[in-house]
Amino acid sequence: MTATTTARTVPAADQRRAPKRRTPMWLVLLFLAPASALLGALVLYPIGFSIWRSLFNSTGTSFVGLDNYARMFTDPSTFTALRNNVIWVLVAPLTVTVLGLIFAVLTERVRWGTAFKLMVFMPMAISFLAAGIIFRVVYDQDPDRGVANAIVTSVHDIFSSQGSYPDTRPRDAEFLVGSDTAGYTSADPVEPGTTIALPMLGVDAGLLPEEPVTALEPEAAEPGTISGTVWFDFTRGGGGEPGQIDDSESALPGMLVQAVVDGEVVGEATSDDDGRFVIEGVDSAATITLPASNFSAPFRGVSWLGPGLVTPAIIVAYVWMWAGFAMVLIGAGLAAISRDALEAARIDGANEWQVFRYITVPLLAPVLTVVLVTMIINVLKIFDLVYIIAPGSSAQAANVLAVEMWSVSFGGGQDFGMGSALGVFLFLLVLPAMIFNIRRFRQEQR
Amino acid sequence: MTVVTGGPAADPVPPGEEEPRRLPPVRRPGAASRVQSFLGRGIVSTVLAIIALFWMLPTIGLFIASLRTPQANSTSGWWNALLEPAQLTIDNYRNLLSNDGMVNAFFNTVWITVPSTLLVVILAALAAHAFAWMDFPGRDWLFIGVVALLVVPVQVALIPVAGLFGDLGIFGSRLSVILFHVAFGLPFAVFLLRNFFAAIPKELLEAARMDGAGEARIFFSVILPLGLPAIASLGIFQFLWVWNDMLIALVFADSRSAPLTVALQSQARQFGSNIDILATGAFLSLIVPLIVFFSFQRYFEQGVLAGSVK
Repeated sequence: MTATTTARTVPAADQRRAPKRRTPMWLVLLFLAPASALLGALVLYPIGFSIWRSLFNSTGTSFVGLDNYARMFTDPSTFTALRNNVIWVLVAPLTVTVLGLIFAVLTERVRWGTAFKLMVFMPMAISFLAAGIIFRVVYDQDPDRGVANAIVTSVHDIFSSQGSYPDTRPRDAEFLVGSDTAGYTSADPVEPGTTIALPMLGVDAGLLPEEPVTALEPEAAEPGTISGTVWFDFTRGGGGEPGQIDDSESALPGMLVQAVVDGEVVGEATSDDDGRFVIEGVDSAATITLPASNFSAPFRGVSWLGPGLVTPAIIVAYVWMWAGFAMVLIGAGLAAISRDALEAARIDGANEWQVFRYITVPLLAPVLTVVLVTMIINVLKIFDLVYIIAPGSSAQAANVLAVEMWSVSFGGGQDFGMGSALGVFLFLLVLPAMIFNIRRFRQEQR
Repeated sequence: MTVVTGGPAADPVPPGEEEPRRLPPVRRPGAASRVQSFLGRGIVSTVLAIIALFWMLPTIGLFIASLRTPQANSTSGWWNALLEPAQLTIDNYRNLLSNDGMVNAFFNTVWITVPSTLLVVILAALAAHAFAWMDFPGRDWLFIGVVALLVVPVQVALIPVAGLFGDLGIFGSRLSVILFHVAFGLPFAVFLLRNFFAAIPKELLEAARMDGAGEARIFFSVILPLGLPAIASLGIFQFLWVWNDMLIALVFADSRSAPLTVALQSQARQFGSNIDILATGAFLSLIVPLIVFFSFQRYFEQGVLAGSVK
């Protein structure tokens, strides 16, 4: 809520002379009284009352001095909130401002800049609640439902063709020994030029490709190679011979098979869709290994709203909402910069980056400061977004001061002493911004 | 993307800069630089298009999710509906509109937002007129007080005002929510309008005074009509702020007078199973601000420029 230098409002004092006569007091009161009464009763008096109330216990029956404030810094719950507020203030305003600056500069260079501005600015018109619901959907853990994890798992799958078969084990437990956490290794080395069969059991049918491919007999191994087939040695409805590739038995694609000599991997291959693989470059007898990575659970995306990532994830949602605000303010600042200064620098041979760094940014400094200060005030009071996005299991990890203030006093805590102390603390945190506003206002009036 | 505009490159180049280019004395961009500039614009355009897509994706996703059955939403992502448009249905909206609680909450939102906006505009216009055009002792100091109140967080007032409203017997009603919104909307409103009113040419007021117009006449027939753009900005801002609020209503409104935001947040506790109500309700709650935003975009931007948000 700070005024900006880009505003088209005009500083008042020098624009008009003082009216010749004093306005009668009753008239002044008539115009000022309604607003003053509300501000006095619902803003000013409450500030004083909160300061006084914060020195009492939860029910207000006994005076406890500064105990509530001391508790604020020692209680783990409020301390997490405090720490998260610090993270918010350090990360969110700067990210919003930098993105806003980049967008504002770039939109000046395309014809559809106005349309772009509209799209990025739009989230500012909607509520934190709606934005919170929007991002709960985006961050859904299940990659089949949440678009964030859908993107992350697709990108992951592009870079990793390896399949994953938890609980799958070799049929021949004497040839391949081990476990699904350690991987399986052949008991005896295999000579190059050998063809091996790797029948597997215990495959979760849900992890097979939607239309399983029937496994094929391995290609005959050439010298210096080891070839084979990995398949699910199980015929639906019974029948089939153990260890033989029967007609309808599915291949296991994406199984990583390694040839190891003296503890070093000399060759590896991943089975094809038909289950066949060929390991090349094997010069001497090697042990065959199916590394544990084959048997780990499949990659299901990132736990965005888990305790570890929940705060950054909510900050992303916040940036989504407010980057447009910064862009519009900075864009107006840009429009006010004289084209001559930029042109002069260009004629002097400065490249676009230098023009941006040494001309545009310094000229924008006042606007950037205003955006940064506005964002800091805004972020200190962040409530709805955290309250809505953080699921119950990460609510504690995502806590911030405004949410803590609500929950200790209204959300079931009933501790109005602590609630008042947190309110007063938030008030103290915005005091520097208040002083900044007053000073800037008085400068503008001069 | 430099566009060379010609002219002798005689001036010394800033340190770290390449050799001064020998430029032809023509004041027209050369073909090479025009191609370069075109390519540069192409890259910028592509980058911005990707950003715009990412920015729109979450909202589009919510909208499509609101048009799918709960079963479809629980088994697959909204993007599947792009391949199978047959999944789309307006059943969720039909259910929502036949849900008395949600419809009631929607009208609560309207009955909280409209009076709050009107009251803020009226009270702030009166006070702003006094600050801009009346002369009384302590005026400038009082206005600095208004500037100081711009950033006061609502948290510092929630507990005392809840007590006060309790004593007055209005705690839980829509009136309590409205009064709190008006009080906390006033500093920004007075600040915005006073700056705008003060910039109205003094001669217009003096002419009116000459004609014997009293203070009330001047306010209604000079200041208000001329201040309309600022009043529109303020009105839109206040409207959006109150419409979108959740915290204040969460504290002061009981279940009968709770607006849409509060009704929806209680459903969000069981997020997964309520996605049909949540997506639809969220869309219902954001469609009004979006309409306001797109219709009055210019005023909204002016409001942002004239004094950013709380």
